[in-house]
Amino acid sequence: MSIRVRIERRLEVSPQTQILAILLSLFLSFVVIAVIFSFLGVEPLNAYRRIFLGGFGSIYGLSESITKAIPLLLAGAGLALSFKARVYNIGAEGQILMGAVVGGGIGLFLPNLPRSLLLPLMFLGGFLGGAVWGLIPAFLKTRFRVDEVLTSLMLVYIASDLVRYLVYGPWRGPEQRGFPYSSPFSLSAQLPHLGTTRIHYPTLILAILLAVTVYIMLFYTKFGYEIRVVGENPSAGRYAGMSVERVVLFVLVLSGGLAGLAGVGEVAGIHARLGPPEGISPGYGFTAIIVAWLARLNPLLTMISAFFMGGLLVGGDAIQTALNLPSATIFVFNGVILFFIIAAEYLTNYRIKVEAVR
Amino acid sequence: MIDFLVSVLTLTIPAGTALLLGTLGEVYAERSGVLNLGVEGMMIMGAVIGFAVTFATKNAILGIVAASLAGVLMALIHAYFSITLRVNQVVSGLALTMLGLGVSGLLGKQFIGMPLPVRLQPLNIPVLSNLPIIGEFFKYNALIYFSILLVPLLSFFLYKTNWGIVLRSVGENPAAADAMGVNVFLVRYLAVMFGGLMAGLGGAFLSVAYSPAWIEGMTAGAGWIVIALTIFSLYDPTRAMLGAYLFGGVRVLQFRLQPLGIPANLLNMLPFIMTILVLVLISEQAFRRRIGVPAALMQPYSREEK
Amino acid sequence: MSEVPAAVLMKGITKRFAGVVANSAVDLEVKKGEIHALLGENGAGKTTLMNILYGIYRPDEGEIYINGEKAHIHSPKDAIKLGIGMVHQQFRLVQTHTVVENVILGTGNGVTFNEEEVRQKIVELAQRYSLAINPDARIWQLSAGEQQRVEILKALYRGAKILILDEPTSMLTPLEIKELLQTLRRMTEEGNTIIFITHKLDEVTAVSHRVTILRQGKVTAVLETAKTHKTELANLMVGREVLFRLEKQPLERGAAVLRVEGLEALNDKGLVAVQDVTFSVYRGEILGIAGVAGNGQRELLEVIAGLRPANKGKIFIQDREATYASIRERIGMGLSYVPGERMTALVPNMSIAENMILKSYRKSPICKGLFIDRQVMLDLAKRLIQEYEVVTPGPDKPVKLLSGGNIQRALMARELSQEVDVLVVAYPTSGLDVGAIETIWKILLSQRSLGKATLLVSDDLEEILTLSDRVAVMHNGEIMGIVEAKEENIEKIGLMMAGALKIDREQWV
Repeated sequence: MSIRVRIERRLEVSPQTQILAILLSLFLSFVVIAVIFSFLGVEPLNAYRRIFLGGFGSIYGLSESITKAIPLLLAGAGLALSFKARVYNIGAEGQILMGAVVGGGIGLFLPNLPRSLLLPLMFLGGFLGGAVWGLIPAFLKTRFRVDEVLTSLMLVYIASDLVRYLVYGPWRGPEQRGFPYSSPFSLSAQLPHLGTTRIHYPTLILAILLAVTVYIMLFYTKFGYEIRVVGENPSAGRYAGMSVERVVLFVLVLSGGLAGLAGVGEVAGIHARLGPPEGISPGYGFTAIIVAWLARLNPLLTMISAFFMGGLLVGGDAIQTALNLPSATIFVFNGVILFFIIAAEYLTNYRIKVEAVR
Repeated sequence: MIDFLVSVLTLTIPAGTALLLGTLGEVYAERSGVLNLGVEGMMIMGAVIGFAVTFATKNAILGIVAASLAGVLMALIHAYFSITLRVNQVVSGLALTMLGLGVSGLLGKQFIGMPLPVRLQPLNIPVLSNLPIIGEFFKYNALIYFSILLVPLLSFFLYKTNWGIVLRSVGENPAAADAMGVNVFLVRYLAVMFGGLMAGLGGAFLSVAYSPAWIEGMTAGAGWIVIALTIFSLYDPTRAMLGAYLFGGVRVLQFRLQPLGIPANLLNMLPFIMTILVLVLISEQAFRRRIGVPAALMQPYSREEK
Repeated sequence: MSEVPAAVLMKGITKRFAGVVANSAVDLEVKKGEIHALLGENGAGKTTLMNILYGIYRPDEGEIYINGEKAHIHSPKDAIKLGIGMVHQQFRLVQTHTVVENVILGTGNGVTFNEEEVRQKIVELAQRYSLAINPDARIWQLSAGEQQRVEILKALYRGAKILILDEPTSMLTPLEIKELLQTLRRMTEEGNTIIFITHKLDEVTAVSHRVTILRQGKVTAVLETAKTHKTELANLMVGREVLFRLEKQPLERGAAVLRVEGLEALNDKGLVAVQDVTFSVYRGEILGIAGVAGNGQRELLEVIAGLRPANKGKIFIQDREATYASIRERIGMGLSYVPGERMTALVPNMSIAENMILKSYRKSPICKGLFIDRQVMLDLAKRLIQEYEVVTPGPDKPVKLLSGGNIQRALMARELSQEVDVLVVAYPTSGLDVGAIETIWKILLSQRSLGKATLLVSDDLEEILTLSDRVAVMHNGEIMGIVEAKEENIEKIGLMMAGALKIDREQWV
């Protein structure tokens, strides 16, 4: 007699199993992160308590979580769409920065336009900035068959350096006494806030509307149908006369544009000026990858996952100051959670059977 | 003029060595059919562990060994996810990079701004290092010579040995290798672990030898350039060396051009723009000639399902 | 005789896959030095049984004895050690490597190898069993027949005494088949044992000493070949009358619906795969394209479907030139393509309903403005499922849950529900069981009587002769001739398949 472990493919996965798997993977991620923390001399339960209280434990914390959820939702909904088409845009971080540069630039150089004109113009510019940054890898992929993973990521570094060049160089405000910041935006280039919070609600409303739109587009329109077919099986798409190139261009431009909007939200809603890239986006573009995956690439569900990850970021900031941890801490969460989400995807597709064999 | 060229060239090799080490490892991993986008994460873990252990033991060799072990451990995570669990290799590699960036940041916090008591010392090769002009090429540290030595060694192993045939077969057609009694999983695990070892070495080279210090995120995209160089090399160790030194040269040029008044931030873009250009050149070519990419790259293997 | 233990003895082998029983208490005895045929239909469990013997699968129950000793075969490595070799139907060769590299894969004891010695040994083995091959050629440069020789050499090089061949003749020309059978006889003369998987009755009677017949995972009989005949074998294999008599009404030749003139195209390697191909398919007829797989059939169909560009030549659909038309335009012109690799025309993870609209999602009534009308989509799917008898739990279930036969029915249902004038069908019944084959054949013939023009590619000559009105034979990218689909033309067709006969274009029917 011996025991044999067999792995069988499960043919169908119910929605309940999927939700359970996501929750379980989150739980296990926190267990593993706790282990990593204790190895590095951070008391995990204390850290978790602070994270939770920081992100979700007070009205202020909640409002901050929502504030951080705004860029995550915009970028994450776009990435969900892109990943659904199996286009691996991992350069949302750069697209956010380019949105900030173009949108912020418009705010900076047309300060006297009326607010009702200037803000839409900034968002439009930001969308275009991010979209162009998405168009480059799309063009290279469709024209030269260059893998979009590497090009979109390289463009993150290029965008960071460009922002740095601008705020250290030509765009530096004369009154900033050598610090790498632009001059402050005029009032008409700044987004209004909800009460005393930092929630720049126009961007929030825009983000929610766009997430819903992307969802409807993906699952109810003929173009969404094409995106899903091409993502699942490009040869079937081609066979049916669909243009795979068009899908690649569309999802990269749209996800880049959405990330660009997030960049505008950050500079016009939070900072009211341009600064170093780490300040504009402390890795929102990368965390948005987790947001998309945690939502199982469903743009509607990114509303939940963006809020959750936003809370985690706020809590992460709280422990950084309280426990003196580096800003890279959030990447531990990102990495471990991402591992467990994809493991959960595997485990829901397979069933592990333990049986006795003679 | 010759002095200028030689000085650029002697700086080029050290500047490209971390890339070379990483690329040689990734070439082997991808030859076995596994794409590991976690090079950046493995490298930075190598950098922080290398620094920490050297700092604690005052022994650079120990630091370098520990760094390569750290790389292997990181690679094992990716191996488990992509080979055993057969998940999407792009996402798993991405997660590994994030994990490495995060954990190295936590680990390295205490070392920021600390000077390293010892560093990997240059080996002055007798006689040769005394030669005029070219003598500079014989005053490198051991890791640089090791990386250069690895190139013909890994080439020979890949093309001329039984194990090399096994490795390439697993990456081209795992079912064929399996049918001939080759343990596909073992080969892939080993290749991915070797990739981790080399990435760890590359990281340690940065923090223990090249610029002995710990700076958060100090690999600054080198791991991603390694991925691009792997494609550029067409999975060949010799071409990997060429590519790595090309990028080393770009880095040196970057510092040389700075005094000419070009803003440093713009020059910093150079390697990344180069990467994109190189990818454009090679992708078109590789596609037209249908060469290079191992046929089973990114395809998990399983016997009972096709 | 009885003192010599059986070369292979498999007892009570049972193997299940995700609830499906592939082998049920199978016994197999193969005597030393014999050619033993393993006969059965697609899906009867022949390959599974042999994969178990070769260590690729592990049985759920049962025991294996090799030369009288109990064997524990957990991997191909164990099987190779026991002197077992296997040539899979789909060759397990590394395309970019040389013959030498493929042969020594996994054999080395040391790190390095003596290439000259290996080459010598290969040449020696090749001569002994007349398996001529250039040891330095790369696999992708070789024909299917040559690749098979490499596979056999791989087994012999490892000292295999028991050789398993899975459907070895499916990719070969008649001449190559003859050569292969000679090699096999030669090998048994030297005391080797051969297990020969097939579903072709002629081959069983031509070459084997004994035959074990499998049906639905169970052994139905073990016979000496000399004491049986084809009808008995067929009945044991299928369990009922094997040859369905399908009525084919003779039809008047109508107008040419699909016309191809001087077509040339390249394969994926950039080599000429289709050259100077000219033919017409008329209203209400089925034109069969016979030939050994890999002679340009796939490329030809892809050019017609618009998936591959034409190098030279012209394509007309209903007298309108379609050479440069996009895939969408061709679909609009009434062309429908059912590829041999079914999954390239379906999305396995999406629902049956969503798969049913793959060709019609752009048009009313499925598409209303920008949106897809899900209710219309579901109604269409339900109707097609019923009409084409697709067995499924429901239209919202993913296609990947369907069995092979039902996948093909669903695919046919979608393709035929469009407004189609020209039907291009490749390998419509490969891998299907008899029941499914019968349905698919009936569907194709009913389309013929509706007046559609069908271009049918198959490597199953019986299928071609049953369905077609005329047969074009393809060899090396060329049409060798077009003849009427009659039994008396079989010999000519065989010669053309081998490239030994080319009929003048004036004499084509």
